[in-house]
Amino acid sequence: MKIVIIDYGAGNIQSIKFAIERLGFTATLSDNPEEIRNADKVIFPGVGEASSAMRKLKESGLDSLIPELQQPVLGICLGMQLMCNYSEEGDTEGLKIFDVDVVRFRESVKIPQIQWNSITSLKGPLFENVENNEFIYMVHSYYAPVTDETIAVCEYGIPYGAAFAKANFYGTQFHPEKSSSTGAQILKNFLEL
Amino acid sequence: MFVVRRSLFVLINMIVKRIIPCLDIKNGRTVKGTNFVNLRDAGDPVELAKVYSDTGADELVFLDISATEERRKTLSDLVLRVASQVNIPFTVGGGISSVDDVDILLKNGADKVSINSSAVKRPELINELAAKFGSQCVVVAIDAKYIDGEWIVHLVGGKVPTTLNLFDWAKEVEQRGAGEILFTSMDNDGTKDGFANEALARLSDTLNIPIIASGGAGNKQHFKDAFTEGKADAALAASVFHFGEIPIPELKKELKAQGISVRI
Repeated sequence: MKIVIIDYGAGNIQSIKFAIERLGFTATLSDNPEEIRNADKVIFPGVGEASSAMRKLKESGLDSLIPELQQPVLGICLGMQLMCNYSEEGDTEGLKIFDVDVVRFRESVKIPQIQWNSITSLKGPLFENVENNEFIYMVHSYYAPVTDETIAVCEYGIPYGAAFAKANFYGTQFHPEKSSSTGAQILKNFLEL
Repeated sequence: MFVVRRSLFVLINMIVKRIIPCLDIKNGRTVKGTNFVNLRDAGDPVELAKVYSDTGADELVFLDISATEERRKTLSDLVLRVASQVNIPFTVGGGISSVDDVDILLKNGADKVSINSSAVKRPELINELAAKFGSQCVVVAIDAKYIDGEWIVHLVGGKVPTTLNLFDWAKEVEQRGAGEILFTSMDNDGTKDGFANEALARLSDTLNIPIIASGGAGNKQHFKDAFTEGKADAALAASVFHFGEIPIPELKKELKAQGISVRI
């Protein structure tokens, strides 16, 4: 199986590569459109600020490639947020895959949220063999509200979308590569889609 | 007003508190001894890190105290090895003073970096790191001592006093874009008498970023107090974990029994 992690200079991609290797697979880091298009599975990571990450995607033309991909695609953290319509962070137009806008947590909670949160209302193959209320690692200041495309819910002051799915596209606000055995199971589920 | 207070109370209880072992590193090896019987190599930070991640630690902090020419390379090699073995988040600190330092550590798989003296010497570094890598990567460590009724920030492991007041500096650090504060009370560190809960609570009340408590852990109750009285979001300790005085699974079980949200 050919797994490509999109390398556009935004994110902790080494950890994702290692997490995939711990599951017995290998992954290639690439920003080459041809290589990404030919992969069996594509991982779209992201850490940092939305508008500058989006700018990097545009520079390499990946902003038009990603929404057209046909194979399973998993966006992680900022990757997931960029797959949404729009983000308040840096007033950023997204890839418009998930039909939701990303907004900032209100000041009644500590920002960023940095904690192990528990996921509920799990739906679909990404969460096979994962129980409600298992813990995953969250670190973020912006969130996508719950919609029809939400496949896992977390709570931080309010309920919000911990994961989304639409056709071949998946996105997790949490970091499966940093979420211990639960995260490993979710990553494994994605690779086995 | 009642409703607001109540919702805040619920929220504080809801936040899952983190337990963080800290590993001191010198030339790629752990410094303080450990008595983990099952380790092949007790001085190997990666083996120790793996034991902690497998037994319920929520995060790890690696604090590098090397002073050699090769320290950067040794540390970045270590970070790469940790990232390959460990599936929980980890922070790296010690001697980090530039955007380039941070870039290589994050590229090698660190989740966050912790800066201390370099932030005091050049506060703009916090802004630069937050802008380039995001606030969530930037932990500012603050060591302080209570002197004549005031908490004074100290550098070089608490040896060198500054003119900065803890709470003023913490506020500035937050405004410049730090994502977390790791507060060590030099008065409590090493005493095993508990964390500096009053100062911790004041930090938590006046800032809107997570606070990690450090210095003074001696028993399980101390952790509970840091989370309730000290309102800390996470608690860090070294020797009580390394010497097996407080096994993390037992600590978390006890915290849960006392009504603290923890990941078990």
